[in-house]
Amino acid sequence: MMQSLLHWIDERFPLTKVWQEHMAQYYAPKNFNFWYYFGSLALLVLVLQIVTGILLTMHYKPDSTLAFASVEYIMRDVPGGWFIRYLHSVGSSMFFVTVYLHMFRGLMYGSHREPRELIWLIGVVIYVALMAEAFFGYLLPWGNMSYWGAQVIVSLFGAIPGIGEALAEWIRGDFVISDATLNRFFAFHVILLPLLLAALVYLHIVALHKVGSNNPDGIEIKKNKDKDGKPLDGIPFHPYYTVKDVFGVAVFMMVYLAIVFFVPELDGWFLEKDNFQPADILQTPPEIVPLWYLTPYYSILRAVTFEWLPGGAKLWGVMAMGFAIVLLFFLPWLDRSKVRSIRYRGWMYKTMLILFAVNFVMLGYLGTVNPGHVDLIWFKNVTWAQIGLVVYFAFFLLMPIYTKLDRNKPEPDRVR
Amino acid sequence: MTQQVNKRRRRLLTTLTTGVGLVGTGTLVAPFVASMQPSARARAAGAPVEVDISKLLLGQMLTVEWRGKPVWILRRSERMLQGLAELAGKLADPDSEVLAQQPSYAKNPYRSIQPELLVVLGVCTHLGCAPSRKFEIGAASGLGDDWVGGFFCPCHGSTFDLAGRVYKGVPAPTNLPVPPYSFLSDSRILIGVDQEEASA
Repeated sequence: MMQSLLHWIDERFPLTKVWQEHMAQYYAPKNFNFWYYFGSLALLVLVLQIVTGILLTMHYKPDSTLAFASVEYIMRDVPGGWFIRYLHSVGSSMFFVTVYLHMFRGLMYGSHREPRELIWLIGVVIYVALMAEAFFGYLLPWGNMSYWGAQVIVSLFGAIPGIGEALAEWIRGDFVISDATLNRFFAFHVILLPLLLAALVYLHIVALHKVGSNNPDGIEIKKNKDKDGKPLDGIPFHPYYTVKDVFGVAVFMMVYLAIVFFVPELDGWFLEKDNFQPADILQTPPEIVPLWYLTPYYSILRAVTFEWLPGGAKLWGVMAMGFAIVLLFFLPWLDRSKVRSIRYRGWMYKTMLILFAVNFVMLGYLGTVNPGHVDLIWFKNVTWAQIGLVVYFAFFLLMPIYTKLDRNKPEPDRVR
Repeated sequence: MTQQVNKRRRRLLTTLTTGVGLVGTGTLVAPFVASMQPSARARAAGAPVEVDISKLLLGQMLTVEWRGKPVWILRRSERMLQGLAELAGKLADPDSEVLAQQPSYAKNPYRSIQPELLVVLGVCTHLGCAPSRKFEIGAASGLGDDWVGGFFCPCHGSTFDLAGRVYKGVPAPTNLPVPPYSFLSDSRILIGVDQEEASA
């Protein structure tokens, strides 16, 4: 019965074929480690965000007079509403946790290198779309930080010479952040970007399955095949990696739910304190700070304080921030090393990668504190941010040089 | 079926079809893009605001909303006005050379129509935060011993004097804008309408 039903479907839709090609007969390298959890975890968070998001839209009102109260209504009166809302708000941070670790994995093992450049490029587009999604979503509770955060970010477009002000007005649909802005950000957040993200994730996986996964050794498993044409160092994705990923999901959910149940605001890191006050157009919060996942770029923006630059510091700050993201797209071509994985690279790339990661975290921290204060040692925060800006750009712009000079170790023929 | 393919004709037709398609798409997209501009209602909300200033004492500041933005109305004391003249060296644009930041009738040392009454938009010209008032003088303000009173933006530390002029070496690029305004009488001002238009 089931067999004939499957047969009936297979004649009309390539169900078995897709299952075989992408799961049961899809060979992935056998040496995946801990770092290979984060792709599937990011996908899990995307699905959870969509499900909790749909549930939230059933109670949320995208209206500047009702929005703040409707979120409080969800938190207090909707059955289990607090749980769904916290899953969604903590979920946005967890999305970036998984995506940042996923990207760092790529940098470590050279997953951005030929022939996987398109996977990396699509991935960076996903990352940018995700930042936009998070930014639009952050306005929706209509808290005071929502309001002023949007005010600052939309003003950035005003720095573009000539068309800037008109563009900012067009984005807001008003002369200030207002009901019109809230309404359209809601549309972007629940329709435009989720559709875009789903399509991009699909393309990311299509591109991945075309060339196959990289692995911690950074060598091609397709070079050594058995007599049936199957990679000697590969194992079928299903059941081996489906089971591995389920284990990862279990551990991840423990961490995720522990945050949701016990510290959903994470002391202001996942939900800022100022956002528990309704938006007030006459009262700026003492410090306008985006959530942690955007602060590295916010630091770069604020680090440019050199008024002697032609066009002014503001314009250059915005350009530095934009350029910092654009550089990610060029990574596959900036990296000139003969080997992919950090295991066989020389000391230069290793040092630069560690420096870059520490620097990225430092920039992230500096984006949350007052630039004029001294929170680290020796210098003011703004000076550290300027050092961080130089390190960030040096990692990318010097990459063609140090990856070429680096003395790599010989790669093995088979994975270890 | 062995007809000769006329490639020129084919290319012409393809180009024409693509061209018509592009024009059609553009015609469709234009109203979509236009629909996102401020609506008639949003534009109407930008109407002028009338403010009664008769109860505003010396050194007092009033904040009113105009086009959704805070407008500060400050009645400056004699001492406050004296402080303005001494600051020239510390300011980025002491003589208000950047034209767009105030109407011509407010392009004077006080940046106002009547010297004592300051009317400015209370929106930081850096990234749109709301600066806070720092009218205390000297160290009590927390802004150093030589502070003569002014405004301080808590977001990124920009400072402005009591005429809304920006200090040197802070993130904000320009002076605070003076909105168009006019006096209806000695005790009433109209924000949003220029002095000349109101009297005409």
